Amino acid sequence: MDMSVAVKRDKPWLMRTYSGHTSARASNELYRSNLARGQTGLSVAFDLPTQTGYDSDHPLARGEVGKVGVPISHIGDMETLLDGIPLDTMNTSMTINATAAWLLALYCAVAERKGVDQRALQGTTQNDIVKEYLSRGTYIFPPEPSIRLTSDIICYTVNNIPKWNPTNICSYHLQEAGATPVQEIAYALSTAIAVLDAVRDSGQIEDKGFGKVVGRISFFVNAGIRFIEEMCKMRAMTELWDRLCVERYGVQDHNLRRFRYGVQVNSLGLTEQQPENNVQRIVLEMLAITLSKHARARAVQLPAWNEALGLPRPWDQQWALRMQQVLAFETDLLEYNDIFDGSPVIAAKVERLMEGAEEEMEAVRENGGMVQAVQNGYVKRQLVRSHTERLRAIERGDLKIVGVNCFKETAPSPLTEGMDGGIMRVDPGAERAQIESLQAFRAQRDDAEVKAALDTLAEAARTGTNIMPASIRCAHAGVTTGEWAGRLREIFGEYRAPTGIDISIQDTTPTEEMEAIRTRTRKTGEELGRPLRILLGKPGLDGHSNGAEQIAVKARDVGFEIVYDGIRLTPAQIAKAAQEEGVHLVGLSVLSGSHLELVEDIFARFSEVGLSDVPIILGGIIPEEDAGQLKQRGIAAVYTPKDIDLNRIMMDMVDIIRTSHGLQPFGALQ
Amino acid sequence: MNLQRRSLPDPDDLAGAIAAHDRGAVATALNMLDDRRPEARKCASRMLATLPDDRLDAGAHLIGITGPPGAGKSSLTAALIQVWRAQGKRIGILAVDPSSPLSGGALLGDRLRMMTGEGIADHSVFVRSLASRGEYGGLSAEVWPMSLVMLAAFDIVLIETVGVGQREVDVSKLSDTTVFVAQPASGDSIQFLKAGIMEVPHVLVVNKADMGAPARRTLAELKTTLGSRTDADGWEVPAVAVSATTCTGIEELMNTIEAHRVWLAERGLLADRRKRFQAEWIVKRLREDFGRFGIERLGGEPGLFRTLTQRSGSPFDQYDDLRASFLAHWHD
Repeated sequence: MDMSVAVKRDKPWLMRTYSGHTSARASNELYRSNLARGQTGLSVAFDLPTQTGYDSDHPLARGEVGKVGVPISHIGDMETLLDGIPLDTMNTSMTINATAAWLLALYCAVAERKGVDQRALQGTTQNDIVKEYLSRGTYIFPPEPSIRLTSDIICYTVNNIPKWNPTNICSYHLQEAGATPVQEIAYALSTAIAVLDAVRDSGQIEDKGFGKVVGRISFFVNAGIRFIEEMCKMRAMTELWDRLCVERYGVQDHNLRRFRYGVQVNSLGLTEQQPENNVQRIVLEMLAITLSKHARARAVQLPAWNEALGLPRPWDQQWALRMQQVLAFETDLLEYNDIFDGSPVIAAKVERLMEGAEEEMEAVRENGGMVQAVQNGYVKRQLVRSHTERLRAIERGDLKIVGVNCFKETAPSPLTEGMDGGIMRVDPGAERAQIESLQAFRAQRDDAEVKAALDTLAEAARTGTNIMPASIRCAHAGVTTGEWAGRLREIFGEYRAPTGIDISIQDTTPTEEMEAIRTRTRKTGEELGRPLRILLGKPGLDGHSNGAEQIAVKARDVGFEIVYDGIRLTPAQIAKAAQEEGVHLVGLSVLSGSHLELVEDIFARFSEVGLSDVPIILGGIIPEEDAGQLKQRGIAAVYTPKDIDLNRIMMDMVDIIRTSHGLQPFGALQ
Repeated sequence: MNLQRRSLPDPDDLAGAIAAHDRGAVATALNMLDDRRPEARKCASRMLATLPDDRLDAGAHLIGITGPPGAGKSSLTAALIQVWRAQGKRIGILAVDPSSPLSGGALLGDRLRMMTGEGIADHSVFVRSLASRGEYGGLSAEVWPMSLVMLAAFDIVLIETVGVGQREVDVSKLSDTTVFVAQPASGDSIQFLKAGIMEVPHVLVVNKADMGAPARRTLAELKTTLGSRTDADGWEVPAVAVSATTCTGIEELMNTIEAHRVWLAERGLLADRRKRFQAEWIVKRLREDFGRFGIERLGGEPGLFRTLTQRSGSPFDQYDDLRASFLAHWHD
């Protein structure tokens, strides 16, 4: 290699780490140390109350404050979060959706107080509500007003914060929900169409300025382990987006049609078993979105190797960042033009993906467009079906996962046998401290100005005036997250999305194991006088329902009658449903880390309605230590992402019901 | 009332608790009606016989809501619940969903869609989801006795079901008032009525009136299809357009539904209807057990109906009596 000639290298992508936890203060310290380590942008994770529009002291926020991200209840929190960070040069990505307008308003208000011109601000608000209904679950309002808020943010930023990416259309979460590459492309582009059409129809942008709007649309995609296909997926999306921009929106300027996207590589494929293998998975997945220059990511965030175990520590996140730095700065990747141009194999694969995606986009159109296809459950059912097929393939061994369904033997891992179990825990006192500081903040506000600002907000919401100026006024007045969202809840109402589990995905060729479980379910039902009924519930604010949906589908397949109502249930609602539905067992799914708090509440509510003898099982990201504690407390079984054998779980459920009724359990299959 | 779930409760106490609107008691009774074990059947039979039937005069109303999938039955139910709750009514709902023919399993998940807003944790609404479990010997057989329990505890009892397909429960054979919900711009709704799969409903509703022209067109088509049809009793079937999402026409719909109940009650038809449905339920079960031959042996359908509609008492008792009498014949 000749090192004497300076080689022209491409500029590397933005390197970020999705982070935030405990409090604005703690997250600010984390950001500053990440920036010191060479990270070039911020990616803010908000906690669930902030994402779903509740203050830290709301009853629904209990146990959730600071768990999966930073709690931001008002402008004071935002000022602390951004303390010492230069907003005129920083690129800040905020994973925020239903309350995106509010968090952006807080960001703008803080910039104003620091004397930074709005026009200098750079960053991204995720602001994609469609995938919230389909996968991530932090929606609040019905689709129509939600899309209107999305459109307001776009119109506002295009006119006032020109360097801002107002929406990041996410196919990432669709893959987590089970989407195939074709579905990922089709639904993401269909979402983009729905959003752009809404902006166009809002009349807030003049026709000749519409190209600028299209130019600000960016995407957030996923990259799975089949990295050649994933790379082709990115090339296909790039090509289809370009066509869409020209044909549907008449954008002539080539620069405005560039397919700009950020990536978080696949978390669904990360395993709890032999977690060190996740390192090579993450690296390979990173290749999928960097190798092809024409379809290279603009920003990359990598998960930590131990994400399936719990909240990563700073060192785990640093390791993820170093992977990117090695690729960008040590290798010669950035010295070449696109290395796949001219490959017939790649071209054919891209072509096939594009054809498939166009067909699926047509199906969405036939359902009345993306918003309609989400509301009538079409898209969700397609995703649940794909996910079920994936799990079946793993079960049969057709889809291999090293360390999970093959090569399972392992030497003890020195990585996970650290002092703290290899994960970080949020300080349990953090919630209390956050609530105290929130209450102190409320006490020193000018109440008249708060009221006036909220009235202006309501007026804008009702009349269709852009929501942003009124929201920025609210931010300055000291309005809280809960107050902002609460006022809009009164006007827009709340929504529950279809669960998608009402699909006809009968396994017509059941394995012997399945048949055996069906027999056990039926026989136990006969012994107890009626078919076995179970209630599945997702308590708390966590909206990741993919696991619960798959359990529901599987349980029906083995003959249970399942009552499932989707996400965000209070313990009181779960107890009420368990009573009214006369179920034999209750299954809870909690992924946010608030399981200990929620379970206590559930027990109390069950006891109130006289259901203390109904067995309860729990699934989620549960550290081993907590699992022991939960079982001691009376939870009949605890399942984590490691438990991929759904048949095993089904057999357990039958046996748990048998034991609770004094019947002999069947035990393992012969 | 704290009822031991593992052992059967005292049927008289249970009936008393149901009449006192005890939610736990209603749940226990529904579980018991679902329970096939002989001791549970006996207990259920006794409980049904003990239930006070004076609720008939107290205005308790059994309403069936049916229509093709996607017509918005759940959101319409949610909207109606809000209006009834505002009047201080207690509401019980039986939501019937199809079972899988292969595994027998079922997914039931419309509770919350029917209870949007503050109704969710509200104790004035009680929802039991039911799997149809196929027609024969399946749960559909239990919907009638379950409605009797609900009628004893709640002011409004609503049975919601997808009314298409032969396997499903035909609510028009159970309800005081049957409401058919049609989907705008979908020919299905009309085909369904023309095909005569169900009896003519008492109230026709076109939901999603907020869609404008398509809803108006469907309403007009429905009116033409039915003409100024009256049902067998002489009730003139109204057709109304509502929107569950914007809550328009809901109060009107509620008044129309109530008007039908008053109309039936004034003519003394309400009690007749319930007796006839009970008789049909019994005859249907006997036919399942013994076939046409059995029915003839028991005096033939018209004769059975005459006898049954003149009697009162628990449907289980009457069915058991007839069953025993047939078996006695057989042993002669």
